[in-house]
Amino acid sequence: MKIIDTANDIAALAAKMARPDVIAAYPITPQTVIVERLAKYVENGELDTQFIRVESEHSAMAACIGAGASGSRTFTATASHGLLLMHEMLHWAALARIPVVMVNVNRAIGPGWSIWSDCNDSMSQRDTGWLQFYCSSNQEVFDTLVQAYRIGEHSDVMLPVMVNYDGFILSHTSMAVDVPEQQAVDDFLPAFKPGWKLDVDDPVTHGNIIGPDYYMEVRYDMHQAQQRAKDIITEVGSAWGGIGDSYGLVDTYRCDDADMVIVAMGALGAEAHRAVDELRDNGTAAGLARVRVFRPFPREALQAIADHAEMVVIDRDISLGMAGVLATEMQAALDAEIHPFIAGLGGRDVTYEDIMRIYELAEQGKEGWYTVEVQ
Amino acid sequence: MKTTTSKPEKAAMGKTGSWRVFRPTLDEEKCIKCWRCWIFCPEGAIERNDLPCIDYDFCKGCGVCATECPVDAITMKREEK
Repeated sequence: MKIIDTANDIAALAAKMARPDVIAAYPITPQTVIVERLAKYVENGELDTQFIRVESEHSAMAACIGAGASGSRTFTATASHGLLLMHEMLHWAALARIPVVMVNVNRAIGPGWSIWSDCNDSMSQRDTGWLQFYCSSNQEVFDTLVQAYRIGEHSDVMLPVMVNYDGFILSHTSMAVDVPEQQAVDDFLPAFKPGWKLDVDDPVTHGNIIGPDYYMEVRYDMHQAQQRAKDIITEVGSAWGGIGDSYGLVDTYRCDDADMVIVAMGALGAEAHRAVDELRDNGTAAGLARVRVFRPFPREALQAIADHAEMVVIDRDISLGMAGVLATEMQAALDAEIHPFIAGLGGRDVTYEDIMRIYELAEQGKEGWYTVEVQ
Repeated sequence: MKTTTSKPEKAAMGKTGSWRVFRPTLDEEKCIKCWRCWIFCPEGAIERNDLPCIDYDFCKGCGVCATECPVDAITMKREEK
């Protein structure tokens, strides 16, 4: 069935169709609509779930961890400062190997108070052990959320999954989305089998003291799980093809014979699609590599492109005192010619014309903060 | 998946009573057997016999029992070295 709705409505619908046992969430702009829709689904009897109203995002994640520890499938959603408040619990969920699925609607960090799109919220959670996806359309939000449960709950992964998309640019924008039948989603998602669980008949605790003789092995297994997730994400993406759209780690467009490839995430990646078409019409051999999965980092997929093309990396985030996070990681991970740019912080508009201009600046050997340092 | 869980077991960390600095001491004459000490002890280190019986192998000396006692039958005394 094709419907037209905002990414937030679509996210709520996808979460509902994944049949979580427990939802714990706290409202925050621009994510609030998701929680409101889910509350409505529970209220009118369309969704049979335990809906826990909490007093903060820290508590929302703690509640999801507790529920997950008892073997429940969980969902929550947040943004910006809400995500930052969860930080401790994000580490906790990953270390406890509880595959919570969460939407984060990317929003700038204050002060000053900004509600607009910016990836610094989720980039600040880079090292928590969560898988991170960045969506570029409402269809991809739906597809990725359903897939997130199958990926995170996979016995070779067992890690929480963060599904990110841009505040307002996607969250409050209506687009057409193909929504499958509930039966197709039920068939796609096996019942959740936790890696360990709290059971009154077989008492067990997690989070007890762990000495230096075991801690590294626990961390290493999480790192291996992230590496294994690369293949599993691709497999699950292919399995979903035919029900919805199929996706991999990096979404490439007109890359094969490109001289320079634009690398971006989220809605910037969608906008760059148009920029590539325009550049191609002008006779420039441009391509696009939209990074859909940031954790695990798609080193191999990006290197395959870097082998034959230079890369214009556009970060909608900044690690202050260093550079854009995506560009920094690419410089560390790849043998590549990289032209890094910062653009669109705090929701500053980045149109396809801006991206064409960034491409031109890269051709001239320039780099930096677009509109601030270079125009 | 590799992770760490623990099963309930008595004294996995050894006899935690050795951590104690102050020792709860019961005045049997004053005790009215209300069992508030037994209810509030966070370590489960008080047994309910004829009178409250403190297990000094595991009592960490937190003093909750002494605070909760309504008749001041429990006093906290510094452990002798």
